[in-house]
Amino acid sequence: MSFRARHLLGIEHIAPDEITTLLDLAETYVDLNRSTDKHDNALQGLTQINMFFENSTRTQASFELAGKRLGADVMNMHMQASSVKKGETLIDTALTLNAMHPDLLVVRHPDSGAVNLLAQKVNCAVLNAGDGRHEHPTQALLDALTIRRAKGRLHRLTVAICGDIAHSRVARSNIWLLGKMENRVRLVGPPTLMPSGAADWGVEVYDDMKEGLKDADVVMMLRLQKERMDGAFIPSEREYFHRYGLDAAKLDNAKEDAIVMHPGPMNRGVEIDGTIADDINRSVIQDQVEMGVAVRMAAMKLLADNLKAARSAPKEVAV
Amino acid sequence: MSALLFKNARLIDPETGTDSVGTLAVRDGKIAGPTGMDDATVIDCDGKCLAPGIVDIGVKVSEPGERHKESFRSAGLAAAAGGVTTMVTRPDTTPAIDTPEVLEFVRRRANEASPVRVLPMAALTRGRQGREMAEIGFLMDAGAVAFTDCDSVITDTKVFTRCMTYATSLGALVIAHPQEPILSAGAAATSGKFASLKGLPAVSPMAERMGLDRDIAVVEMTGARYHADQITTARALRRLERARSVGLDITAGVSIHHLTLNELDVGDFRTFFKVKPPLRSEDDRLAAVEAVASGLIDVISSMHTPQDEESKRLPFAEAASGAVGLETLLPAAMRLVHNGHIDLPTLWRALSLAPSKRLGLDTGRLKAGAPADLVLFDPDAPFVMDRAKLRSKSKNTPFDEARMEGRVLGTWVGGAPVFPD
Repeated sequence: MSFRARHLLGIEHIAPDEITTLLDLAETYVDLNRSTDKHDNALQGLTQINMFFENSTRTQASFELAGKRLGADVMNMHMQASSVKKGETLIDTALTLNAMHPDLLVVRHPDSGAVNLLAQKVNCAVLNAGDGRHEHPTQALLDALTIRRAKGRLHRLTVAICGDIAHSRVARSNIWLLGKMENRVRLVGPPTLMPSGAADWGVEVYDDMKEGLKDADVVMMLRLQKERMDGAFIPSEREYFHRYGLDAAKLDNAKEDAIVMHPGPMNRGVEIDGTIADDINRSVIQDQVEMGVAVRMAAMKLLADNLKAARSAPKEVAV
Repeated sequence: MSALLFKNARLIDPETGTDSVGTLAVRDGKIAGPTGMDDATVIDCDGKCLAPGIVDIGVKVSEPGERHKESFRSAGLAAAAGGVTTMVTRPDTTPAIDTPEVLEFVRRRANEASPVRVLPMAALTRGRQGREMAEIGFLMDAGAVAFTDCDSVITDTKVFTRCMTYATSLGALVIAHPQEPILSAGAAATSGKFASLKGLPAVSPMAERMGLDRDIAVVEMTGARYHADQITTARALRRLERARSVGLDITAGVSIHHLTLNELDVGDFRTFFKVKPPLRSEDDRLAAVEAVASGLIDVISSMHTPQDEESKRLPFAEAASGAVGLETLLPAAMRLVHNGHIDLPTLWRALSLAPSKRLGLDTGRLKAGAPADLVLFDPDAPFVMDRAKLRSKSKNTPFDEARMEGRVLGTWVGGAPVFPD
């Protein structure tokens, strides 16, 4: 068991044993985070820069807390408000920051692939905190940890991912992860919000909630991403809630002990009924937030270890 | 002008469909037939292929406006090195080539700087805006060989119909980019399993058929001479076939990239593989190759589109489209031969004879009296493509580090050597 990756750009390129290694380490951080002295020195002396080219409160706070609890020096940069407005390219911004010798770069960007591009130009570990509709790997990892703790395993489960799949990087990372760990994945949503070709991903596609939720162990709701929509995707929020919003009647089709998840922030009354979201017997939404910090601590610790190993390895001398 | 005698050449003649070893004489810039005069300079071809030079429809030379990306000099040198003896250039420059004055500038620059022939196309509408017709008559008088708004689709069908009607009265060839423009707005990839997984903005391949359907209807209405710049999907090919079978004057091209690459080549957001229309599925690629072999697709182009590093080193959706292709067209096309999809005379029909015929040129043939625009190449010579060595000012090729076979050994335009220089 080991974690070999240099960056965490997506779940696509990491292996099942790396996922397990990371989740196992995250478990220890869950315990640490619940204790009174929430401090560890794993990232002592390292500099972590959070670069968010897209608004975020929750993810950024989670990464910031994760870094601070492990002793890193953490800096937050809100890129919408800075040099991007002055016309600087992504690459130049990356090179500028790189010159400040960060060790961990946490990046969120509205374009798919932007974080991959940036990772090619810097010599530190890069964590993707969400790029366009592509991937959001730490979200999938925190979801995995939440499921593993609630269900006691992370394989042979039926997971229904419901709602706005088309615009969701959370869905894509989860499809990769749940598939790699050998689960049965269903995608449920209106056909306008279902990505083209999704049926070829090794998942089952449904446009009816009751059928899609039947006997599911996990019901993962997605936020309706109104800000990413550029045309007619759904007729109205009330019709969407009627047909695809998670309420008690629809949830009845899932297994009796099915858990309900949501990556947040929620649109109550649009994709999820408030009472379901708050039902402590079904909803693990608050656990997801808690696991988020632990998973991000684990990811940064493992990447930092690899970074330190790479830096102390004897360098090849050019002749 | 001196005489040349190419001996021991494997002559590729797309007009007769032959591929045979023989001798070819050149005199006064024209092909003279199989026997030469005593005073001719003898070139021993050592059994290598001698074919008519490539006529490349749709080359972008970034003059005027972006000479740092490509000039007539750099494009001409690249063309010569790639066996392209005629560049049919695009008007999607800055400003667009939409007046006789700009066209005259282009012709002057081409004459003084390019070692190969340059035939300019002009915009069909002013500024390629799709609103007002360009001065088609004046532009023809000034030397425009065809009219196109390039990848900018004329959304207003009324304007498009009038342009086509007017062009018909002058016998002008209109080249269009078949695409439903609203459906494909903002797309950077072809929709499907791969693009969805990567989260890329994508368009259904059906948008090409929808665009072609409209254009075919307008051709039927107006009787215009029409050429589709690139047909890249199986579903659009079926419509093309039907339109041809009822006798409409429609021809079609395809870029070498759509014949040799597919959507998966984009991999992890490699922007050098971002072209317009986006790369297609493997099934569509094979359908296009098949259509070239059968003659349904008439023309293969490089769709040479220089882009500098800055416009490509961006997130995929924001990066510029297009790839350079003048120097890689021949070795990339040889992949189709080496894979057994197509033979050399058929390939040269698409690279040289068909584009010549469509533009009313007498190039593309090896018969006596045709211009001695020739390329001598070794079809099997292997090499690893190194983009730094390209003669184009822009190095945005998707074939960087690719293993290729097929090297140009010499290029002649009107009997004069232009490569090696």
